[in-house]
Amino acid sequence: MSDAAHRGPAAPLLEARGITKRFGAITALDGVHLRLFPGEVLGVVGDNGAGKSTLMKVLSGLHAPTDGEIVFDSRTVVLHSPRDAQNIGIEMVYQDLALAGNLPIHENIYLGREPGRRVLGFTIVDEKLSRKMAMEHLDRLNITVKSVDQSVEELSGGQAQAVAIARATAFEGRVVIMDEPTAALAIKEVGKVLDLIKRLKDHGASVILISHRMDDVFFVCDRVMALFHGRNFEEAPIAETNRNEVIGWIMGTRGHAAGLAHEGA
Amino acid sequence: MAVRSTEEAARRRLRTLEKYGVFGMVLLMAVVLTLLQPDIFLSAQNLTNILRQVAMNALLALGLYVVILTAGIDLSVGSIMALSTMLLAMADVAGWPWPLAILVGPAIGVLCGLVNGFGLTVLRLPHPFIMTLGTLYTLRGVTNLVSGGRPVSGVSDTIRFLGSGEIPMPFLGKFGSIPVSAVVLLVCYAGTAYFLNKMSIGRHIFAVGGNPQAARVSGIDVNRILLVVYGMSGFFAGLAGLLMAGRTGAGFPNAGIGAELDAIAAVIIGGASFFGGRGTVLGVFAGVLVMGLLRNGLNLMDVSAFWQQTLIGMIVVGAVFVDVLRRRAGRGP
Repeated sequence: MSDAAHRGPAAPLLEARGITKRFGAITALDGVHLRLFPGEVLGVVGDNGAGKSTLMKVLSGLHAPTDGEIVFDSRTVVLHSPRDAQNIGIEMVYQDLALAGNLPIHENIYLGREPGRRVLGFTIVDEKLSRKMAMEHLDRLNITVKSVDQSVEELSGGQAQAVAIARATAFEGRVVIMDEPTAALAIKEVGKVLDLIKRLKDHGASVILISHRMDDVFFVCDRVMALFHGRNFEEAPIAETNRNEVIGWIMGTRGHAAGLAHEGA
Repeated sequence: MAVRSTEEAARRRLRTLEKYGVFGMVLLMAVVLTLLQPDIFLSAQNLTNILRQVAMNALLALGLYVVILTAGIDLSVGSIMALSTMLLAMADVAGWPWPLAILVGPAIGVLCGLVNGFGLTVLRLPHPFIMTLGTLYTLRGVTNLVSGGRPVSGVSDTIRFLGSGEIPMPFLGKFGSIPVSAVVLLVCYAGTAYFLNKMSIGRHIFAVGGNPQAARVSGIDVNRILLVVYGMSGFFAGLAGLLMAGRTGAGFPNAGIGAELDAIAAVIIGGASFFGGRGTVLGVFAGVLVMGLLRNGLNLMDVSAFWQQTLIGMIVVGAVFVDVLRRRAGRGP
C-alpha cells in the first residue's frame, strides 16, 4: 500500500466508467472501468484483441465510445477528436509513432499546434521560436539529437520514439498514454525510453503504459490492470503482484498460473 | 564505422542530387545551348519567348505540385483549363463587363477543383486518379457541350492583357519587354512558396503527404487539406485558362489535351516525390524550364519535335529513379 494510487483520498485524474465500444457486430470493449491517479504510472496489459488499444483510442479522442463516460479532473468530458483530448491535457503516443518522416523534429513536435501569429484566420509559423522551444523541451527531457532540423526519417527507432514522447509532452500534457513504446526498439534503446517515462512522472505527469513486456511493466509502473476479451479482468499495485500472476491474467487465469507462464513472454 | 560513414555520404550525395540535380540540368542545358547557338539563345527575345511558352505549363505544374505533395494526382487540369478558357471567352463575347469576365476563368477552376476534392472527401473514392480521370472526361465533355465543339473567338484586349500583354523594358534592347504572364508566374510561385513554407496550413500539406495518420492524430483536418489542394490545383488551371485566352484570343474546345501529363512530368523532373511530402516550388519551376529549354533548344537546332517527346520521357524516368535510389538508401542501417 505504498503507491500513489492508495495514498489518501486523492481523486482520480482520469476515470473511464463503463466504456463500451462496438464496431458493427464486434464488441471490442464491454463496460470497462479505468482509474488513473495523479502522478501515477498505470500499466495496462492484455492479449492481442483484449481491447487495450481500443480503450486508449477512446481515452485519446480518436474513437467515440458506444456507451459509458470519461471523467477528467472530476468533470465529465466528451471527446470528439484527438484535438479535444489534447486541449484538456490528454496526449497519446501511438504504436506506429504517428510522426511525419519528411518533416524535421521541431515541426513534428508542434505539428498542428505551431507557434506563430494569427493573420486573418491563418497561422504564420514562427520557425525560430519553434526551434528554440523544441530544443528547450528536448533538453528538459534529457533527449539528445544532432539538430532539431533533422528530419524524423533519419532517426533511429529509439530517437523517433523519444521525439514522439516529446511531442506528447510539449504542451504540459497531464496524462500521457503510450501504446507499446518499446515494442519496435533495439534492446539498448529500451532503457532510455523507460527512463524517459520515469522522468515524465517526476515532472508530474500521469502515464498509462500499454506493454507486452513484463520487464517494462515491473520497471516503471505503480499499478497494473489486465483486460481480457474486452472486459476488466484484474488489477493490483505492482508491489502486490508478480510477473507470473500478471501473465496469468493476460491468459485469463487467476491464482495458480505460475506453472503455465513462461518468463518474459 | 567506416562503412557506415561511406553509406551516409552516399545517402547525402543522393539527397543533394535529388534536391539540386534539376538546377544543374537547367544550367547544363543553358550552357550547351549558349555554345551551340551563341547569338540566338541568349538574346532577350529568345529568353522571354521561353517564358511565354512555358507560362501555361508552369501554372498547371504549380497546382499539380501542391496536389502531389499530398501523394495525390490531378489528371483533370487540362480539361479544367479548356473549360475555363471556353466559359471565359463566351462570357466576354457575350458582353460581360471585364472585371466580372476576368474572374470567370479562375472561379470555374476553383469550382472544378472543389468537385475533385468533394469526390475524394465526401464520396470517398479510393484514389484521386479515379476522381480526376472522371473529371478529365466530364469537363472536356462539358466544354464541347457548351461550345457545340466549335471555337469561340473575339476575346477583348482587356481580357487578353494577362496572357499577351508586354511590359516594355528598354534595357533589354529596342523591342525588349517582359511578358505580363511572366509576372503572373512570379506572383503565383512566390505566393505558393510562402503559403507552403511559412504558413501552418502549408506545413500541414507536407504532413499529410508524409504521414496522413500522423496528420490526423495531430488534429489536422485532412479532408479540409485535400479540398484546399485540389481547389488550388483548379485555381491555377483556371488561371492558365485565362492566360490561354489571352494568348490565343479564343476558347478552343480541344485546348490543353494532354497538358496534365506535361505538368506531371515537370513536377517529377523538378524533384518532387510521387510518394508525397517532398519537393520545392523552385524545383518545380526548374522542371518546367527543363521542358521549355529542351523544346526551345531543339527548335533552334532544327531537330524534329519528336525528339522532344523521346527525351522528356527519358528524363522523367531518370528523375524518378533518383527518388527510388534515395528511398532505398534512406532505409539503410
